[in-house]
Amino acid sequence: MAKITFITSDNETITLEGTSGSVMELAVNNNVKGIDGDCGGVCSCATCHVHVAPEDFAKTGGPEELENDMLEFDDLTNEYSRLSCQLQISEALDGIVLKVAK
Amino acid sequence: MKVSEFPDAFKKEREEKGYDSIEDQNDPAMMILGHKDVRKCAHQWQTFQSGAKPGRIVIPSEVNIRETRQIPFEVDPPEHKSYRNLLEAWFKRPLNEDYKNQLTTQIESIVDEVLNKDAIEVVGDFSLPLQSRALTLLLNIPYSEADLWISWGTHVFRSEDTALDADKANILYNYIDQEIDKAIENPSESLYSQLLNSKVNGKKLTKEEVKGVMILTFAGGRDTVINAVTNSIAYFSEHPNSLKALKENPAMINKAVEELVRYFTPLTQMGRVATKDAEVCEHAVKADSRIALNWASANRDERVFENPNEVVLDRKVNPHLSFGFGIHNCLGATHARQILRILLATLSKKVTSIDVLEAKENIEDLGNFKRKVGFDSLKVQFNK
Ligand code: FES
Repeated sequence: MAKITFITSDNETITLEGTSGSVMELAVNNNVKGIDGDCGGVCSCATCHVHVAPEDFAKTGGPEELENDMLEFDDLTNEYSRLSCQLQISEALDGIVLKVAK
Repeated sequence: MKVSEFPDAFKKEREEKGYDSIEDQNDPAMMILGHKDVRKCAHQWQTFQSGAKPGRIVIPSEVNIRETRQIPFEVDPPEHKSYRNLLEAWFKRPLNEDYKNQLTTQIESIVDEVLNKDAIEVVGDFSLPLQSRALTLLLNIPYSEADLWISWGTHVFRSEDTALDADKANILYNYIDQEIDKAIENPSESLYSQLLNSKVNGKKLTKEEVKGVMILTFAGGRDTVINAVTNSIAYFSEHPNSLKALKENPAMINKAVEELVRYFTPLTQMGRVATKDAEVCEHAVKADSRIALNWASANRDERVFENPNEVVLDRKVNPHLSFGFGIHNCLGATHARQILRILLATLSKKVTSIDVLEAKENIEDLGNFKRKVGFDSLKVQFNK
């Protein structure tokens, strides 16, 4: 079980618990504002963009090449950007804080 | 060749130089072929604009048959965002439970209908009615309106022999004008009324603006959805095991939809007009000339996709560009995806196999390139 906290653009803080699937799915299933997950998680829409809290970035690690290419052309990208559909939920992510990019 | 095989028409030029030129009514366009270059150009909206003369970014160009600006697709930032925000909420309605249920009922009933027939021509007797009926949900108008659009045939914007046909386009434009006037007289819960009641940047939308949105809604989702549906049927006819796999594992449906949409890329390309002298693939692009973002070519780029010319139904990472890329990505994508997801679920539940009886390919003529984009007709039998 992993506790994952989302901070939306209107500064709402939502903490959710997940055991499996992707972080995008967890967010979409709980209507976290700003995470749409249009493509269902195949890395083609970038509507699941989050900024990982700097102190948590080691827990997620950086993006793979194709994800990185996707982020390269997003105006809101910073060095802590990830597409949340590419983050698989596991114990390793417990306690992580994610800022919704949009 | 198998009916479900759609070759990559652009491989050689993409690999050798990354671009090629296409002639189009004395307004040539430089076609961008590589995945990364296409995304880069799509991202640079300041340099490669959408808000050019109405119809000019479409290939083949529609400047001779249309004056109405399609919204939000032919508008650039900052105005673009206000229109897009207004429409986004409406065009995301396909995610609502109630909408999904209605769409499921529609699609199940048309599949039941064809299952009871010996032979069926998919383009005209399956995909066209399916697309037309689904559109009534998107517009939030009575289901019966679909009958009229079905009677127009698959090519309301083009006739069999000319790519662009002003008379045919006028049928649609006049129809939309009338519907707008009707909505002014009798407001309802439809998209027409919704738009007529909306304000963008503090100003009420004009009739012309409403028309621009409606033309886009009708034109953008017609042959694209029809092709995606027809081509998917062709695919399953030659891969009955896939239907079985989807039935056993419905969680795969989402990936399958994205992959079919990548492989078939229903819309080959979309143009932009350069606002200043620029350079793409070390090649000069002159101010006021056109480039074309070739989604179909980008989607077969072997630097991005492993086995790009194969349908890998459970492809996990699939950064395809079938719905475009950047701020102008497809407004109807949510609706289109929902149609395809429900279609795949329904087919896998109800159909065991599909036999192709006759097929006539639709080959797009793009100057140096000939691209199979779908079928003029596809006769099949669906088996329970
Ligand atoms: S959900 Fe589409 S890229 Fe993550």
